Amino acid sequence: MSSLGMDLASNLTSGLALLLGLAMVLAALVAILVRSTPIAILSAGLVSLFASVLFLILAAPDVAMTEAAIGSGLTTFLFFFVLARVRGGESEASDDD
Amino acid sequence: MIRRALVLVLLAVLGALFAALWLGFTPAEELGLTGRYYAEHTAPDLGAANLVTAIIVTYRGLDTLGEVTVLFLSAAIVGLVLAGGRPAARRKPPVPAGELLATGSRLLVPLILLLGAYVIVNGHLTPGGGFQGGAILASGTLLLLLAEPLKRFSHGLITRIESLSGATFVALGLLGLVFAGGFLDNRLLPVGTLGELFSAGLMPVISVLIGLKVGAEFSSMLASLSETEDS
Repeated sequence: MSSLGMDLASNLTSGLALLLGLAMVLAALVAILVRSTPIAILSAGLVSLFASVLFLILAAPDVAMTEAAIGSGLTTFLFFFVLARVRGGESEASDDD
Repeated sequence: MIRRALVLVLLAVLGALFAALWLGFTPAEELGLTGRYYAEHTAPDLGAANLVTAIIVTYRGLDTLGEVTVLFLSAAIVGLVLAGGRPAARRKPPVPAGELLATGSRLLVPLILLLGAYVIVNGHLTPGGGFQGGAILASGTLLLLLAEPLKRFSHGLITRIESLSGATFVALGLLGLVFAGGFLDNRLLPVGTLGELFSAGLMPVISVLIGLKVGAEFSSMLASLSETEDS
């Protein structure tokens, strides 16, 4: 009985891990293929978010914490700050033309 | 055409490599030699309940010092590059933050900072540690920056916190060389009982220093980026 429960739990965990892996691949594809840069940045952050949940399932909470804070939080906003700067440069260049 | 074929060949080779890895994978039944040493010796020798922090701060403390140095260098370079450009000319006032963000940040920033401090201080007991906590602190800074785009952080203060904690980190490591087993040996302070807040020797102290350093470095990077945002 207890082994059945354990089997079910491990199957659920593997299923969830598989689902997260698929979602990561999907989000990565969206990040590469989509035309709009903000959406690409957001889905790149989504990859990191799914990865951090996956790390949590794989019993690595320390790595999950780092991934969630740096990978999906700070990096995403770093990209947005840089995007704003680059856009500023672009508009000035077009003003000169 | 040739380039496309090359890409496809490269993908096929990579796929074959990964498939071979995947098919040949058998989960390990027991820990490897290094892993077993860490698992068996961490609690009695260092008095830390969290293996990962023990490895990061004590066993591989030198690597962490290098890692923090790399982070410091990148923060310094971001500062240098952005300071080399024009200072932020405030011609147009930035879009004010929405009501939700402004009010929410007032509630959330203290909680985020508290969580960061908790994660840093409890690094040797629960998952987390200096690096993770520092990143959480920096995300609190990020939320402040987003809520009040005109807010200016004191770069002098950030720099002072950063360099002071870095210098103390190295100094504690050197003290370990003199008074204990080696560079960054955490038995400079008594190991204490396993599971208490003030235990595991030097580990909580170094965790706090790493947390302050990492938080300050990320904050300075974010602040310099946001200050020159609309130049």
